[in-house]
Amino acid sequence: MRENTPLTIYGETFSNRLLIGSALYPSPKIMQESIVAAGSEIVTVSLRRQNSVAAGEDFWQLIKDTGLTVLPNTAGCHSVKEVVTLAKMCREVFVTDWIKLELIGDEYNLQPDPIALLEATEILLNDGFKVLPYCTDDLVLCQRLAALGCEVLMPWGAPIGTGKGLLNPYNLKTIRERLPDMTLIVDAGLGLPSHACQALEMGYDAVLLNSAIAGAGCPVSMAKAFSHAVSAGRSAYLAQAMPEKEVAAPSTPTMGMPFWHQ
Amino acid sequence: MKVVFNGEMTQLNTPNLREFILGKGAKEPFAVAVNGEFVPRSHCAEMVLKAGDSIDLLSPIQGG
Repeated sequence: MRENTPLTIYGETFSNRLLIGSALYPSPKIMQESIVAAGSEIVTVSLRRQNSVAAGEDFWQLIKDTGLTVLPNTAGCHSVKEVVTLAKMCREVFVTDWIKLELIGDEYNLQPDPIALLEATEILLNDGFKVLPYCTDDLVLCQRLAALGCEVLMPWGAPIGTGKGLLNPYNLKTIRERLPDMTLIVDAGLGLPSHACQALEMGYDAVLLNSAIAGAGCPVSMAKAFSHAVSAGRSAYLAQAMPEKEVAAPSTPTMGMPFWHQ
Repeated sequence: MKVVFNGEMTQLNTPNLREFILGKGAKEPFAVAVNGEFVPRSHCAEMVLKAGDSIDLLSPIQGG
């Protein structure tokens, strides 16, 4: 049995391993109920122009009322300059030095730009930010981000909003094995609770998702399902799965079998 | 004299950044950037705007 340790993010510990987004819900009420049903302790938020339809103090009050830890993101940024500016604005508004660093490199699959991400991460770490980079499942990129001083990495499961699950389990497992002490969170691309369970089973510390819950027919029920899946996956990881075999092995004893080789 | 405020061209009635955004109805909480550079709240009262500047006033929204 592995030792159970809490989820640790830059020195802060959490018991829940499901980080949840606050976007795309059918209503603010369903958003609130879904967050509660998920049992999440960390919720993601963002910033947009004040005259936009989505922006508003009402939303912010709802989030504050949850009492949860806020993780601002830099969604939509395409350059180092944009992402650094938005991160600084987030720090002032949300009064936190945490930043979920999203720096998009390709508009088609919303893939993070690995090269610009490294540059932006270094700038923000040097400015005192606690950076949680959203990155691809590239081992060397993750190693470089770790070398810069990141204490948390968030490789994608699949492109944002696709719900495809863990497209490359081999890559994700390799990152887990090569960075055994890093807090690793699968961010983006999950669609089913089984996807979250799979991530936790392979030793990921948490998952971050939004669309899979907000886009479900019943977000509140799906939030509960994800919560159960994350718990199951973590328990399985701690319990240590049996070794996989290539050849069948009977589970029922063969000794004393009647009619044996008659 | 005109500036761009949240993506739209507008008349600059006062060169003082703090007075300008308050005149635009800025509501807490918000953060400000001028020409893509973050301007800390504590600096807004001292910052002088000029023609063609681009001002962004951002507030919290939902995020994933």
